[in-house]
Amino acid sequence: MFRTVAELIDQAEQQNIPISEVMIRQEMDVQNVTREQVMTQMEKNLRVMEKAIEDSLQGVQSVTGLTGGDAVLVQNYMKDKTPLSGHLLLDAVSKAMGTNEVNAAMGKICATPTAGSAGCVPGVLFAVKERLNPTREQMIRFLFTAGAFGFVVANNAFISGAAGGCQAEVGSAGAMASAAVVEMAGGTPEQCADAFAITLKNMLGLVCDPVAGLVEVPCVKRNAAGSALAIVSADLALAGVKSRIPCDEVIGAMYRIGQTIPASLRETGEGGLADTPTGRFLKEKLFGSK
Amino acid sequence: MGVMKFNSVFDIIGPVMIGPSSSHTAGAVRIGLAARNLFGREPQWAKIHLYGSFAKTYRGHGTDLALIGGLLGFDTDDERLREALEIAKKRGIEIEFIEDSARVNHPNTARLIIGDDDETLELIGVSIGGGKVEIIELNGFELRLSGNHPAILIMHNDRYGAIASVTAILAKHQINIGHMEVNRKDIGKEALMVIEVDENVSDSILKELKEADHIIQIAKIVS
Repeated sequence: MFRTVAELIDQAEQQNIPISEVMIRQEMDVQNVTREQVMTQMEKNLRVMEKAIEDSLQGVQSVTGLTGGDAVLVQNYMKDKTPLSGHLLLDAVSKAMGTNEVNAAMGKICATPTAGSAGCVPGVLFAVKERLNPTREQMIRFLFTAGAFGFVVANNAFISGAAGGCQAEVGSAGAMASAAVVEMAGGTPEQCADAFAITLKNMLGLVCDPVAGLVEVPCVKRNAAGSALAIVSADLALAGVKSRIPCDEVIGAMYRIGQTIPASLRETGEGGLADTPTGRFLKEKLFGSK
Repeated sequence: MGVMKFNSVFDIIGPVMIGPSSSHTAGAVRIGLAARNLFGREPQWAKIHLYGSFAKTYRGHGTDLALIGGLLGFDTDDERLREALEIAKKRGIEIEFIEDSARVNHPNTARLIIGDDDETLELIGVSIGGGKVEIIELNGFELRLSGNHPAILIMHNDRYGAIASVTAILAKHQINIGHMEVNRKDIGKEALMVIEVDENVSDSILKELKEADHIIQIAKIVS
């Protein structure tokens, strides 16, 4: 099993295969299953992601009413106006937000790597799909590439906001999406790693401070930021820009930073945005004073 | 970097689940399910202690619905999770949540004490992120159950032959044991066997194990 991004890249380069293929082969080997089983399972996850995005475009509302409907707003804006940031970028943003709106409404999603960060990977995937016209298999491979990088983060650092802050969740998710875009766009394994590193570097230190402890505010919009950053970093890597700090060292930095983030900023809903006057007001309105 | 906590890509791209939180909702479902499976049937009552982030945010994340849903036998992607509390009420299950301020090593920790007229079971589960859970204590026994492999948990009386009868049944069905631990509270008292196996064990084999000598309770953890 690969433990680090360096080992992952090594395996891909030595065998002259993409990162998705390294992940697929490892999964077959470790779980002792066939290629067909592995691909079928990922295809199921892909369908859940697709359905969540479709649902979100119908407009959803969370139980609390704090989130929902923004994905539709953005889609309508894109139809009426020419977005400043570009169609593809904003499409990814709206689909990422939509997925998280469905999640907040206790709808069905696929955690990537967590539910709170479930928007970045599918948001980016279903936006670049319109540009790159991938086959269904390439879309499934996108998820294996994203998964391979997430696998390293999960085993060397953390992927939950409670353990490492939002940098561990949306930071990892956005970075995973960056790497997967690069492979789909024809980049090298090393460029995948550069894109991953660039996104994660720009998410370092991000705290997890959900209002009322809910996976709503600011989570939905942080998925917007994660997906936008994912595409920008992928473009940088494809342009040949390298990360001065190697990918594994960025993951190490994320880990050490996460360890120093106080508990009040690790998903406890006590600090940061949760502890603003409006954040406290919303919590009291929803749950009463405690 | 110690042991690899995650060994499958589907821990990262997955699980498919009802939102909103993989650690606070999906992980909580799995802790509830593990307790139900270990208990072997639906409990009539549950006392649930929540610690750390679980205690502070459970209502916002639906952690309460998720733990109860698990106790009702619902999986992480079951749409009925949203109505778990009402369903439990309809089934006559008494439920109490306790926000416990005791210090714990991991922020997402729950202690479930469940039972009926005949038996009780106490379990401590930790949701380590991405929907994965670890069971760290069962009926006072410390465990190190990662959930990376299928496992069989067997509460039994500390008598000679108990272990042999279990391993004989597994051998008969050609099930390989990857890791095994036996723990007891005192000589001749209750003991716990934790057996990690290479493949999921069928219900008919579980039934056979349950009928073996000196066995009290049995459950499987599906990986």
